[in-house]
Amino acid sequence: MTIEKPVARALLRDDNDIRKIERRLFLKQTLSVGALTLLTGCDVTDIGAVQKVTAAMSKWNDGVQAALFSQTRLAPEYAESDITRPFPFNAYYKRDRVPFVDGATYKLEVSGLVQNKQSWTLDQLRALPQASQITRHVCVEGWSAIGKWGGVPFRAFLERIGADTRAAYVGFKCADDYYSSLDMATALHPQTLLALTYADQTLPPQYGFPMKLRIPTKLGFKNPKHIMTMFVTNDYPGGYWEDKGYNWFSGS
Amino acid sequence: MTTADIADKSSPPAAKPIHPRLVRWWHWINAFAMFFMIGSGWRIYNASPIFKFRFIEDLTIGGWLGGALQVHFAAMWLFVINGLVYLIYGFVSGHFRRSFWPLRPRDVWRDFNLALAAKLEHHTGVYNAVQRLAYIGVIVALVGIVYSGLAVWKPVQFQTLAWTLGGYEGARIVHFLAMSAIVAFILLHLTLVALVPRTLLPMLWGRARGEHKTDGGGVS
Ligand code: HEM
Repeated sequence: MTIEKPVARALLRDDNDIRKIERRLFLKQTLSVGALTLLTGCDVTDIGAVQKVTAAMSKWNDGVQAALFSQTRLAPEYAESDITRPFPFNAYYKRDRVPFVDGATYKLEVSGLVQNKQSWTLDQLRALPQASQITRHVCVEGWSAIGKWGGVPFRAFLERIGADTRAAYVGFKCADDYYSSLDMATALHPQTLLALTYADQTLPPQYGFPMKLRIPTKLGFKNPKHIMTMFVTNDYPGGYWEDKGYNWFSGS
Repeated sequence: MTTADIADKSSPPAAKPIHPRLVRWWHWINAFAMFFMIGSGWRIYNASPIFKFRFIEDLTIGGWLGGALQVHFAAMWLFVINGLVYLIYGFVSGHFRRSFWPLRPRDVWRDFNLALAAKLEHHTGVYNAVQRLAYIGVIVALVGIVYSGLAVWKPVQFQTLAWTLGGYEGARIVHFLAMSAIVAFILLHLTLVALVPRTLLPMLWGRARGEHKTDGGGVS
């Protein structure tokens, strides 16, 4: 698959970016905050304090976004002709590292505050009522792309497994090291989809086979791919990027 | 020099400061907040540039995308609340009407040419027409950056806002353009302050030392 040039360039750079992040994170943060120190006249030992302030503000922003979020306000839907072709691949690793999951033996594990903890094969999930949507995927990096996903409305799935919908979070663990979590209000939003298809085809590996959660009211990184386990909980589960500093709620 | 000296020299006695206290507080808090907003915004832009360039990383704040986003969405509260206080004060107290109005194109043209010829007089406490235009312009750009910023931040929850700007991608471009206008203003603004540095103290303390009602030369 080839990617349109500007997108490809942006993605390549972002790949590099992400790999360099951890290495650079400490150094650069120190440098920039050092510059601030000069400006504000604070002591260099205040670096931790600055981060504490921005981390506390990020928590505050979680609350603000939860208040702004409406379960009845729908993300705009688009026409087939608006779909971004090809749809960009994005992960914290390169395309050749996409995890392989065997669809024949795959079972979605369900745990936590649910009545029915039985695992689900792909055929069982495909037998449930399906829905599809053409929505805009907005990446935390700034780019966006329109795609078409189909699968099981997540709310219907949560109801079917007898999830405690008064619990605070739904968490996900993926076939790679990825993990993420959602607030219950977003999990119950009518457009939140347990996606099994992309563009009417079985979800290809690079877009998250065997399934991803498609949430058009969240930034892209809140849409976990290759989901192996999901659980309902009241204990904050965090997430791969969230634990590194991306805002947890990250609604759009 | 004591305050009494100043009062003696200025006629009539300067009962009111040149710049109201609230305007001064707004101004410096805003400059502080803008520093973080612009620095972190440039780092966020770099994660996925709209145009064929990136900002020099050493001029950005946050260290990486996640850090920059945290700074941006923390400083935004300071910037927006501070700005709302200033806007409400500016309209309600008559400060905007008194200081920025009237604004006539021919005055702007006249003052612009006088400024180029270095013949524009600076009356402390009175903004010339070029300044008025610049200040009104930057206030419009500041409102525009908040408007487009809300659309970029919440393109679903604030989809009507986003729609007025041509959707999420349109709002991103408007946000960038508003930033560019503000940066252009800051460069002009700092140049003018550097040319007429005696405007600086009144913006800090409200009044200048041993000031006269009218001083000659330059704009700020
Ligand atoms: C450190 C940087 C800055 C310095 C040294 C500075 C300096 C000044 C000075 C000296 C004045 C008064 C001019 C006069 O009396 O003729 C002024 C007014 C003003 N400045 Fe700045 N400024 C800075 C940053 C900014 C920024 C970042 C903005 C907005 C983006 C801004 C917007 C304004 C506005 C709108 C006024 C008019 C305020 C009013 O009367 O309501 N300034 N500035």
